[in-house]
Amino acid sequence: MTATADVATVLKEKFPQITGRESLDWPAFNVPGDQAPAVLQCLRDECAFDLLVDVTAVDWGVGQSPRFTVVWHLLSTTRHTYVRVAAACADDAKPSMPSVTGLWPGANWHERETYDMFGIVFTGHPDLRRILMWEGYPYFPLRKEFPLAGLDTSLPDPEVADETGARVKPAPYMGGPFVAAPGGPMDEAEPRAKDQSWTERQEKPS
Amino acid sequence: MTDEYTFPDNAAKTAAAAAPEFPPEKMSISMGPSHPSTHGVLRLQMELDGEIVTKADPVVGYLHRGDEKIAENMTYNQFVPYTDRLDYLAPLANNVAYAIAVERLARLEMPPRCQAIRVIISEMARISSHLMGLGAFGIDVGAWTVFLYTFTEREKLYRLFEELTGARFTTSYTRIGGVARDVPEGWPDRVNAFCDQFLPILEETLALLTRNKIFLDRTAGIGVIAKEDAIAYGLTGPNLRGCGVPLDLRKDRPYSGYEQYEFDVPVGARGDCYDRYLCRGEEMRQSVRILKQVLRNFPGGEWYAKDAKRIFAPPKDKILTSMEELIQNFMLVTEGPQMPPGEVYFEAENPKGALGFYIVSKGGGVPWRLKIRSPSFCNLSILPKVCVGAMLADIVSILGSFDFVMGECDR
Repeated sequence: MTATADVATVLKEKFPQITGRESLDWPAFNVPGDQAPAVLQCLRDECAFDLLVDVTAVDWGVGQSPRFTVVWHLLSTTRHTYVRVAAACADDAKPSMPSVTGLWPGANWHERETYDMFGIVFTGHPDLRRILMWEGYPYFPLRKEFPLAGLDTSLPDPEVADETGARVKPAPYMGGPFVAAPGGPMDEAEPRAKDQSWTERQEKPS
Repeated sequence: MTDEYTFPDNAAKTAAAAAPEFPPEKMSISMGPSHPSTHGVLRLQMELDGEIVTKADPVVGYLHRGDEKIAENMTYNQFVPYTDRLDYLAPLANNVAYAIAVERLARLEMPPRCQAIRVIISEMARISSHLMGLGAFGIDVGAWTVFLYTFTEREKLYRLFEELTGARFTTSYTRIGGVARDVPEGWPDRVNAFCDQFLPILEETLALLTRNKIFLDRTAGIGVIAKEDAIAYGLTGPNLRGCGVPLDLRKDRPYSGYEQYEFDVPVGARGDCYDRYLCRGEEMRQSVRILKQVLRNFPGGEWYAKDAKRIFAPPKDKILTSMEELIQNFMLVTEGPQMPPGEVYFEAENPKGALGFYIVSKGGGVPWRLKIRSPSFCNLSILPKVCVGAMLADIVSILGSFDFVMGECDR
């Protein structure tokens, strides 16, 4: 693919710190976090990757360092090919990344979602609020330590919460999504929800 | 001061005298989440100056179910039914997009018959989704009759879906490495018959709107999006093409054998609500054209990949009689299809736009991270820009012309 070679040469020339990233499909690059907006701008202006299709993040797990990686996918509306750019967040406890809303206004919602789900702060974002969860929700649900069943939380509206005394409760999913750990002993490989909050043997937490 | 004769009644006189006491102020209103023209649970927090919208802030997330979190906790096969619930007006197309994304990860090639079946169901899903979008758009701007026509046709498609998959709505038809079962006897002929009778009805339905004075007044020149803005905000699908950008992944990055079929990509000229409507109408004609071509040369052979041994469930009769297949099936159910480690990103041209799946695998049967790039979410992100300066009544037109689905937006 010539487009692949082009992108790599253009980027390597301008940004020597860029390294290739393992990928099964599109050309992919690892960039230092602080250079990400410059690299993306270069891709947009010089390599015709004009459509920012997706911004997201990957949590590599508690204790991993770097823990969070932000991933951008760009599409060229003229050359019809994709490129993937990834940047690791330097700080694992308070991850942050420069925003690209100045380059693509469409990044606004994507970055809000990534902040909402992972707690990655996009510096320079004009309006970094939660988007899918409600304002004031205390957790970041797509972080690996957040259990699938959810956590006990108060309702978004304090007035309703006071009046009804209701709370957001973890999902009671006995028999919920089943996953067995591959490779383990067979008796433990029985399909079970990964972080089931209770089972027949284990009491329901009150 | 006002003249005695200008205000004949006392109430008007009082109002005129009192008016200066109320300084002109902006009103903020909340449209949705349960409003008939917000198509689900979208809420628009708007600020109005008279009837002109000066600020619009879409509030999404009312239908957030955490599909991405769920995907991280189940095997690749188990997630197929969840893809039905993304764009629930075109579940078959979502199934196909997800299956191809995982197959890219597993480096599987599908046999021609499987690819042809997938093209058929994607195009049928496109027609059914556009019919729904068109009918709802019609209702939004006061054209009820269109809805009755499109729903009759959609019902015929749903009968065909039921015959094929056993379900009308939540089809879960594809599998990683194939489809759930081969097409039933005589089904391709019935799809062909549907196409033949559908085209004249489509023309009749579109004729109700295309030159309709009221419809034109409500849509032409309303909600105009410039080409550059559409790209900058990441719009895809008919909403992007309506602005004049000829990006169609079926043409530009063909998957599932789309390169074999001839079809045109309609693009709009002005990027208003009317152009988006025209694009959808033309896309349905093109879908029928594709369907006809696939059905004419419907390939025989296998409908699942033979080399997907560790991924695709073995035939049921083999499971019950052969030890090897029984073990394979057991491992498949308990541990999931074993995938190589790596990252893939695949986008399919769905009825609403480009539905993307970004899968990060560390190996094993469960994705480490699965991101769903939903076209409705990206398409709605331009609302704060498009709505400003429009009349309140035009918001209904704009929302109708975007044809979004909140199940997909909120995931």
